[in-house]
Amino acid sequence: MSEYDVINSRAARLDAPDKVTGRAVFVDDMSMPGMLYGAMLQSPVAHAKILNVDISEALKLPGVKSVVTAKEAGLINYGVSPARYDETLFCSDRVRYVGDEIAAVAAVDLETAMEAVSLIKVTYEELPILLTVEEAMAEGAPQLHDKYPGNICAEVHQEFGDVATAFKECDIIKTTTFTNKRQDAAFIEPQGVLANYDLSGHLTLYSSTQVPHYVQRIVSMVLGLPMGKVRVVKPYVGGGFGIKAATNPMELAACLLSMKTRKPVKMNYSREQVFLFSRARHQFVHKMTTGVKKDGTIVALEHECYLDGGAYSSFGIATVYYAGSLLGGPYKLQNMKYDGYRAYTNKPACGAHRGHGGVAARACWEQQLDMIAEELNMDPLDFRLMNMMETGDVSCNDLSMSSFGMRECIEAIKEGSDWKSKKGKLPKGKGIGMACGFFVSGAGYPIYRSDTPHSTMVIKLTEDGGSAILYSGSAEIGQGSDTAFAMIAAETIGIPLENVRIESGDTDFGVDLGAYSSRQTLMTGHATKEAAEDVKQQVLDVLSKELNVAVEEMDIKQGRIIFKNETPDYSVLKTAYIKEHRGWTDQPEGAYLTFNEAARIAFLVKGPIVGTGKYSPPILGGRFKGAAVGTSPAYGCSAMIAEVSVDMDTGHVTVDKVTDAHDCGKAINRTSVEAQMQGSISMGLGEALFEEVKFDDKGHIINSDLAEYKIPTILDMPPVDAIVVETNEPNGPFGAKEVGEGGIMPVIPAILNAVYDAIGERIYELPMSSERIYMALNKKNKK
Amino acid sequence: MKELINLTINDQAYEVAVAPNQTLVDVLRYQLELTGTKKGCELGDCGSCTVIMDGKPVNSCLVLAMQAVGKDIKTIEGLETEQGLHPVQKAFVEKQGVQCGFCTSGMILSAKSLLDKNGDPTEHEIRKALSGNLCRCTGYQKIIESVQAASKGVSK
Repeated sequence: MSEYDVINSRAARLDAPDKVTGRAVFVDDMSMPGMLYGAMLQSPVAHAKILNVDISEALKLPGVKSVVTAKEAGLINYGVSPARYDETLFCSDRVRYVGDEIAAVAAVDLETAMEAVSLIKVTYEELPILLTVEEAMAEGAPQLHDKYPGNICAEVHQEFGDVATAFKECDIIKTTTFTNKRQDAAFIEPQGVLANYDLSGHLTLYSSTQVPHYVQRIVSMVLGLPMGKVRVVKPYVGGGFGIKAATNPMELAACLLSMKTRKPVKMNYSREQVFLFSRARHQFVHKMTTGVKKDGTIVALEHECYLDGGAYSSFGIATVYYAGSLLGGPYKLQNMKYDGYRAYTNKPACGAHRGHGGVAARACWEQQLDMIAEELNMDPLDFRLMNMMETGDVSCNDLSMSSFGMRECIEAIKEGSDWKSKKGKLPKGKGIGMACGFFVSGAGYPIYRSDTPHSTMVIKLTEDGGSAILYSGSAEIGQGSDTAFAMIAAETIGIPLENVRIESGDTDFGVDLGAYSSRQTLMTGHATKEAAEDVKQQVLDVLSKELNVAVEEMDIKQGRIIFKNETPDYSVLKTAYIKEHRGWTDQPEGAYLTFNEAARIAFLVKGPIVGTGKYSPPILGGRFKGAAVGTSPAYGCSAMIAEVSVDMDTGHVTVDKVTDAHDCGKAINRTSVEAQMQGSISMGLGEALFEEVKFDDKGHIINSDLAEYKIPTILDMPPVDAIVVETNEPNGPFGAKEVGEGGIMPVIPAILNAVYDAIGERIYELPMSSERIYMALNKKNKK
Repeated sequence: MKELINLTINDQAYEVAVAPNQTLVDVLRYQLELTGTKKGCELGDCGSCTVIMDGKPVNSCLVLAMQAVGKDIKTIEGLETEQGLHPVQKAFVEKQGVQCGFCTSGMILSAKSLLDKNGDPTEHEIRKALSGNLCRCTGYQKIIESVQAASKGVSK
């Protein structure tokens, strides 16, 4: 039995009934009277000077209401990190990738808007294009951004401990290089917006976003509106995975068009435009050298990494830092050197994508650790256990593991998969492999420098005393955050979940940095708990005065007022409530004082009962440059075992079974925790086996659809045994921490290690397509 | 040139003016306000626009509205009855076969279509029947569990 009444259960999601009946409203399900339709002109070439933009023909087309270009929009720089605001809404003098935005049109219908786009004449002078990091970093390469010479968007140089000296005491020093491929997030709902600039000068933007707050800030900055006059509302969102955490040009264009026309303007990305906007996983090239003593102690890691960033920065500075800093754990490693470079190329910008920056790095290293374990003749599982950090450990780069159930995770998967009887004992073509990973529970700092709370929460009790309503700027994008916060509020106040409702995703409700870096359960969860405690206190304060009982002698549980010692005579309150409610249908029954009665009395005495909460992370470790990327109030961790079959004739890899364990602190909703683990595994499996955004030599994406860009279907997914490991995270609400992104960390390396176990050949480049495995098998046979 | 056509959707007759190139999904969503049918790719790849036409699940982005004349069309809005949610819908709520919800309508309709023909499918039959519906959130596991739970509910 759980000690809790609401949390730590398998409560059904609050939004599920709306979603299974088709009633849940996503942005493209919305419409407004007089609404116009927008469309965007995007560059057909990867790199060119813009000599002229002629919109005259487009303007003449009947039904066109506005055409905007850089001339109308201005040239205010924006982006994600203020240190690299390198985008403008529309290009004025130059385009840098196929898809770069040049103009937008609003018209009476979509067909007219698209026709108008085709009538805009742009004269380009094509420039040489850079499609790889090598080309971009070569001497004499054309410069994509004047401010960033050498096409280096960002570089990182960090050393913790003394790697060169440490290598001298190592018995095994192993170097490997590894590369993944550019991934697309392939959420099923393409981005869409509906902007409405009303006649009193207030702008409301409905958008398929993960970060209403950041979008509000960028819209207000780029369009020159006070933030108080910009409201961003997130309806239901069909997945984001990091990509919808960056403000997109369509959001800005729709707002500008609505301001120009004084009409609501709706716009959507087509599936192709989702690929063109991209902002998803970078291609990383990692070179790692790890030094280990013969007893198995991991001593030092030297790491060099190159990121193909695309044309703009987006989240890229954080990405290049994360690619290094997330190797600080989960092993006790005292010496780590990292040199990372993110280069600009003439491709769509990459950005944050589930497991931000750390996924390919983790794959490279966990495979290398497996190779080292083999050389040491150690079980890879024991080798990892031997080096594993413990609760309370701090990494060499100041990541503090305030709770860390990795040992329990490893034990759980070992048992769950029957590792001992399979490892090293499977026939040719069958393999088993394992890997570990960990991830932040929210970034310690906002994206822009500010002392703002990372989350605020307002909880209002309804005047009848029957319900609590949560108002939050947080973003439910499918992960189940609304339900988690409602559960935290219900638990804290002491009322049933069905008496809690949540309104979220609206900047009018307060500041919340949104759904990225796996932050909401911990951070918004904290703000929720604080607001709920406030509400509870207010109700108990009134009761205390009315009944002359000390607050400490009372509690609220399951919707009832609990008197810990003597039960006072509360009949006066009950009578008052009944009189108030004469004719109403919800008269309380039973020989106790209900929360409804108490809350109604509190309203009569005090007026509105509104509780507020906020969360700011504690001051976190790290004084070095870049310490802000990777430091978090808490870290989730996970371990996974993959079992695979490889067709030795064709090279086709099938993942047969996955056993996965994740330490999420205290699980608020157990089913949702498993769901995040399972979802992470499918995204990792896709990247491991078949996902790759491909370009032709002119910089066009050649597989910008979901037929040629393959994500896992239900037939590709193995049964997943998702084991929830619980610890008590001191910095988390009720001990909770992340699961949303950490779950992806061990997936790719576990499959890599399993494939090696099956075929006896290491793979250093993703995806593990049949072709790549076939070539590896051929190479092996020739040896 | 638009033409008046008659459609039968969820046992209700609709008269609607459509152009020859209009797809069924667009007519459902933008003219009939049946927005439970989602649009994720418009190329027949993702399955989020799945509707049941004459008993078969189809991608309504690949069906012209005019081709749907005379057919019996069932959308997600037509599953609930006076008795409440359809067993498949109920199972998706209980087993959390739902995350973002964007693929859910299509998933549920594909699952219903399977269970109408085969009340007790094997796991592989479930996977095959739902293989045209992409989901990026769930890893499909809880979707399978939902359909299994519904099949037990149906076959009882």
